[in-house]
Amino acid sequence: MIAIELAYWQEAILKLLLGFAIVLPPAGITVYLYLFKMVSFMQSRLGPMEAGPYGSLQLVAEIGKWAQKEDIFPTKADRFVYAAAPFVVLISTFLLVLVVPFGPDLAIIGGENGVDTGIFFALAVSSISVIGILMAGWASASKYSLLGGLRAAGQLIAYELPLVLAVVGVVIQAGTLSMQGIVSAQYEGEIFGFGGFGNPYFLTQFVGFMIFLISVQAELAQAPFDMPVAESELVTGYMTEYSGMRFLLFFIGEFATANVFAFIAATLFLGGWAVPPFLVDMIPGLEIDSWAFNLIGPAVMIVKMLLLTFVVYWVRFTFPRFREDQLQRFAWKVLIPISLVNIAVTGLLKVVF
Amino acid sequence: MPSADDTQTADDAETGSDTPTDEAREGLLAILSDELGDALVASHLKPGDDLWIRVTNESWSDTADYLRNRQRFRFFDFVSAIDWMPSPYGRSLSAAVDDQLAEAEATSDEAAVASEDAKTGTGADGYTGGDTRFQVFARVYNLTTRLGVTLKADVDESMSIGTWINTYPGAAWQEREAHEMFGITFTGNADMRNIYLPGDFEGNPLRKDYPLMARLVKPWPGIVDVEPMPATENPEDAS
Amino acid sequence: MTAVNDREQLAYIASQAADARVNLELEAEGMTLNIGPQHPATHGTLRIVLELDGEQVIKADPVMGYMHRGYEKLVEVRTYPQVTTLINRIDWLSGFANEVPFILAAEKLMEIEAPERAKHIRTLLFEMSRIANVTLFLGDMAVQLGAVSPVFYAFRDREYVLNQIEAVTGGRFHPNFDRIGGLKDDLPAGWIEDTKVAIQKIYDFCDEMEDLLVGNEIFQARTRGIGIIPADVALSYGLSGANARASGIDWDLRRDSDVGQGGGLAYDKVDFKVWTHPDGDSFARYWVRLQETREACSIVEQLLDTIPSGPIMAKVPRIIKVAEGEAYVATENPLGEMGYYVISQGGLEPFRVKIRSASFSNMSITPWLLQGTYVPDVITILASLYFILGDIDR
Repeated sequence: MIAIELAYWQEAILKLLLGFAIVLPPAGITVYLYLFKMVSFMQSRLGPMEAGPYGSLQLVAEIGKWAQKEDIFPTKADRFVYAAAPFVVLISTFLLVLVVPFGPDLAIIGGENGVDTGIFFALAVSSISVIGILMAGWASASKYSLLGGLRAAGQLIAYELPLVLAVVGVVIQAGTLSMQGIVSAQYEGEIFGFGGFGNPYFLTQFVGFMIFLISVQAELAQAPFDMPVAESELVTGYMTEYSGMRFLLFFIGEFATANVFAFIAATLFLGGWAVPPFLVDMIPGLEIDSWAFNLIGPAVMIVKMLLLTFVVYWVRFTFPRFREDQLQRFAWKVLIPISLVNIAVTGLLKVVF
Repeated sequence: MPSADDTQTADDAETGSDTPTDEAREGLLAILSDELGDALVASHLKPGDDLWIRVTNESWSDTADYLRNRQRFRFFDFVSAIDWMPSPYGRSLSAAVDDQLAEAEATSDEAAVASEDAKTGTGADGYTGGDTRFQVFARVYNLTTRLGVTLKADVDESMSIGTWINTYPGAAWQEREAHEMFGITFTGNADMRNIYLPGDFEGNPLRKDYPLMARLVKPWPGIVDVEPMPATENPEDAS
Repeated sequence: MTAVNDREQLAYIASQAADARVNLELEAEGMTLNIGPQHPATHGTLRIVLELDGEQVIKADPVMGYMHRGYEKLVEVRTYPQVTTLINRIDWLSGFANEVPFILAAEKLMEIEAPERAKHIRTLLFEMSRIANVTLFLGDMAVQLGAVSPVFYAFRDREYVLNQIEAVTGGRFHPNFDRIGGLKDDLPAGWIEDTKVAIQKIYDFCDEMEDLLVGNEIFQARTRGIGIIPADVALSYGLSGANARASGIDWDLRRDSDVGQGGGLAYDKVDFKVWTHPDGDSFARYWVRLQETREACSIVEQLLDTIPSGPIMAKVPRIIKVAEGEAYVATENPLGEMGYYVISQGGLEPFRVKIRSASFSNMSITPWLLQGTYVPDVITILASLYFILGDIDR
């Protein structure tokens, strides 16, 4: 669509910048909106008020604070692995966002229609963060970190399964692995013959949607699944020994990943960058594949992402945490059977209708 | 030094005649002196208040066992120790200011009453007496009869006494504390590490001859901050 | 069975035993995890050395003394009125409640009785410091289990009570208000109405905690059946207060001691229930404390309506010399039984004071209780036993 021909390296740099633009500013928005403000209001306090209007520049101040701090390596740490771990965690976040479409032509990789197996790729690369967490836990040479890392590895691998299985329902219903395809399937779909809302899968795949959200909560190690970083027993789990910029990277990784998973969930279950068809019909001349949606799409995505991350933080600051045996039991004995049944029922209905 | 006073029980019974009698505690004391026999050296009873008994050093552990398992004193309160030696550093609370105040005080009636009270206090060195500088004391409670008993036992120069941990496991930490603070060894309690003090701490802080350096360096300034009593209508009465 | 078989069998048994020994050695080679003294879960400077096998605790060894201030030595060189300044800091969340048993012990030795009004206000402040203390527990337990928000509600609502305590005593945490023979000052004007409003906030807080935590499935899953203390064991370790009552021991010094029933505190004037729970687990301890907070609110409300008139100070000599003798007075403090064994030799200062603090005895059960539990449950159990470090280290 864009007429200018770019050299490969120019295109690569542009995509890199685009990746940063998609990951970092939304992370800042959610951290300020939810972590600083909403949680403060939930806990009957004001939150940051000094830096900028209503404390809106607090995050900048925090980053400045972190940047000044010493980057401490524990004496017995495996220095290379220790230094690399936060980057590995962060890389999985950036890889995840690559396949998420933000408009009819807006996907970072894979050309106009995005990667054919987009969701498959996303679920695969999401596991990379486990490696980074294990690296951090082991290389810190701290018992708290080690326990935290092991707990995290066990938990993330356990919840990967319901996450994947919840997506399978969507894939069956949409009939494609391409995320762009899933968006258009939802836009073009109908519920009992009424197409005004399209067919957002959080209605027809409600069970899958809930399982996906729960699994995402666990994948992010947010309460009630924050046993790996349980601050009252393991200090901060695998992050215990990190300080300064490296801790900030973990921090960014944590909140940016929350956003990216929310983007994916929005794409899979809330119709992605598209708006319900009746809204498109209200404006004459607007088509779902018009170029204008390359501008509207990202805004729609951010709104949907904010809705979903709201739920994530709401739950996070309300519930006590599961013990790790309880959360494993929850994954294996509750979520996975339900998602398997969900797949079977979805497949059956797909054949019937 | 405390003196052995086996007749104290009888004395107390006499002094108790003008106060309300305490049948429950007297009954308990009768049972205890019956069943403990020679192990019970002396006892002291304040009607309506409390019961103290002193047992021999050797029967310290057995008494605990008897009280818990035969008399149902299930609730364990504490074990600790006392150093009866007067502090070699003198009474730390004496200053010229206080002497002046004390003179003024001596003229008032209240002080006379107070000093008379002090004279009639029972036992020269604590209830039920004792022969040694150190004593251990402990308290157990019977929740059914709602009676408590304070037990005491002498600790001689060997500085050792039986442990209670086999009867009341909660005594373990209390005995560790008594060990580090007084230097008393509880035979049978293997874990005699310091509980509060650093492992290499020297001395036993709660012994009276262990100096409180802060007080030696900066002497007692005297009572200077006595507030007027709100209950006295005429402030002049109090001064 | 032939002899050969016997030998074979014996050899088999011997090899099994050898294997078992080897296994034992292998198992003993666990990891030592040092929780504290600087650790978010110990709210203070408690240190617990855990020997772990995986995440299972083989042996727990609490190490104390990082905050030992030697009060038992220090009070020997202080006059009786000065002692209250120190002992305020034992259980620092309910300073006033610490003073009461010591003052009562001194009064007992001096044979002074405080006037009715003083007893009444003492009881009132005593219960309010209980509310201030236990409220924080109700929120803190949630933090230890991973729910961050309740503790903020606890801090918020505790402030209403602390303000009322401050209005009377002038101090939020360390009032130093109780005197031998009565109280320092009378209640300020308008205080009773303000306190009724504050107590209402605590009722609301208790309801909020009940909705937010007690009814929560995760909270129940984390606390039910965790850290069970049988009643008999609890008594042998000297557990008192809510910890004992959660094990089904119907024992409350407010109701069951002479001191509580008019001999210094006016619990005989109010109608209250002693809550017990048969389970003895962490949930029971939380639940009992929650009910006790409500009960304390109701006690305060009853007391507010029936404050007798009269003096607040008995006639006491200007210089307080306590008659020779020994007395042990214990009261039902927020953390459990707190008692002072005071030995006086007729001087200005006590000869020896044994401080029987609740948390010290409550924590002495931990080596027994933590054995075989898992690391997350260690935190639950420690939180549910509810200790204040100043109360352990004195």
